[in-house]
Amino acid sequence: MALLEIENLVVEFQTATGPFRAVDGVSMKVHEKEVLAIVGESGSGKSVSMLAAMGLLPWTAKVTADKLTFNGRDLLGMSSAERKKIIGKDISMIFQEPVASLNPCFTVGFQIEEVLRIHLGLDKAQRRKRAIELFEAVGIPDPAERLGHYPHQMSGGQCQRVMIAIAIACNPKLLIADEPTTALDVTIQKQILDLLMRLQAEHGMGLIMITHNMGVVAETADRVVVQYKGRKMEEADVLSLFESPKSNYTRALLAALPDNATGDRLPTISELFVDDPSLQGAAR
Amino acid sequence: MTVVLEARNLVRDYHIPGGLMKKAKTVHALKGVSFSVEQGKTLAIVGESGCGKSTLGRILTLIDPATSGDLLIDGNKIDITKGDLTPEMRRKVQIVFQNPYGSLNPRQKIGDILTEPLIINTKTPADERRERGMAMLKKVGLDERHYNRYPHMFSGGQRQRIAIARALMLNPKLLVLDEPVSALDLSVQAQVLNLLADLQDEFQLTYVFISHDLSVVRYIADDVMVMYFGEAVEYGSRDEVFADPKHSYTKTLFAATPRADVASIKARLAKKQAA
Repeated sequence: MALLEIENLVVEFQTATGPFRAVDGVSMKVHEKEVLAIVGESGSGKSVSMLAAMGLLPWTAKVTADKLTFNGRDLLGMSSAERKKIIGKDISMIFQEPVASLNPCFTVGFQIEEVLRIHLGLDKAQRRKRAIELFEAVGIPDPAERLGHYPHQMSGGQCQRVMIAIAIACNPKLLIADEPTTALDVTIQKQILDLLMRLQAEHGMGLIMITHNMGVVAETADRVVVQYKGRKMEEADVLSLFESPKSNYTRALLAALPDNATGDRLPTISELFVDDPSLQGAAR
Repeated sequence: MTVVLEARNLVRDYHIPGGLMKKAKTVHALKGVSFSVEQGKTLAIVGESGCGKSTLGRILTLIDPATSGDLLIDGNKIDITKGDLTPEMRRKVQIVFQNPYGSLNPRQKIGDILTEPLIINTKTPADERRERGMAMLKKVGLDERHYNRYPHMFSGGQRQRIAIARALMLNPKLLVLDEPVSALDLSVQAQVLNLLADLQDEFQLTYVFISHDLSVVRYIADDVMVMYFGEAVEYGSRDEVFADPKHSYTKTLFAATPRADVASIKARLAKKQAA
């Protein structure tokens, strides 16, 4: 059985100029122990579809789907109190800006223990012990000392490790990583990706990587969903996607990579992929 | 070929004044960097955050002085602390910043953004300024219609085109590009890189391209300099550096760059199967 199942997801935002369809009929499945990458440019609806699944969108968003289930349980019909028991425990998320997604007013130790207190109900001594274990698991040196530090005392890479530690604190079944390395240097990016892949294998988690970097996709994913303007353009396992992309958009995306440059000019997506103007805009 | 830019042993220290409880200290941001760039060529400077590449960018664009060492532009030695900075000199070097959402004044129209360098640095009359602004807009792939619009009406790629157009208004010889495509999507990145290549061919521009994306560097650079903690640990032609990296940091950097080719995906999947 699939861990997360989404069928025909539509997300519309109410704007001053009428409803805007950010996600338009996207379907996907994530199985246990699987790494799924969602690729697309900004505005392709890749983050919004995951936020919708987690129920984290503001009230201006209208979410509809034929099916939206996690582990067989319907997420759409659930009350928010029920959903809160799942979100952060069985499904957790890592965001793009590690420094901005931690609360600057509290120590990182407080922030990780908060999760352990709410979801697992551990007492003070147990929380501290578990927090130290988690910091060790994500490779933060000197964990006991680090628990008392504030986010601004740590580098971007260390903050991302704290975020990951918080996300895996309750052994989630599904981890959603929204551009986890975009704000980081190449060498740090490598460390964080290695860490995520190691934790994914150790805990047998399902992992969704949201990214626009084809290199990250190639290095991590089992299966890939390509999105463009709120629509799913292609879904394939990682090897066939890179070897023989089926949709014109994926082909254009791969050709625009500087690694694949042959002449002294790069092919641009607009040359290779004729955009259908009816694809996005007002709701149909 | 004429050498447009030459740096000899550039050093920059930042002094952090002490307070009540802490001692003053000195940060050695740049520890003696030397290089030269010929006209019409691109030097890429690669390194992680904190390695001094932006400090170097500030010195090259004559914003900050170097603590010691010589900076030669067009064969003339410049020391901005001694008042060598004439308007003619200023015109030769321009910069394009990383984030096109932050580098354009939201309250200025595109036309005003483009003509401001002319007002400050030259005595060009108003109608000629307007003409040159319009011409430059077309050169970077925008339209005369865009002249009276505000920055918020443009996408990220279009804004970066405007930032490049502004930098080119004074016909500079040297353009410092500080991570010009790292805030842009893949498709837009390709367009901006192509534009830069076109402009380089047309005006024989010299680029100093600061970046941490090795795939972009491999595509655009003629020479590559790798920086690590304020030192140039590797400097050579692109093919030399990419074919045979000598310093261990350069090797780490290459190993860390994700590869998007079929062979490396196959290797990874095989490794995963085995595990």
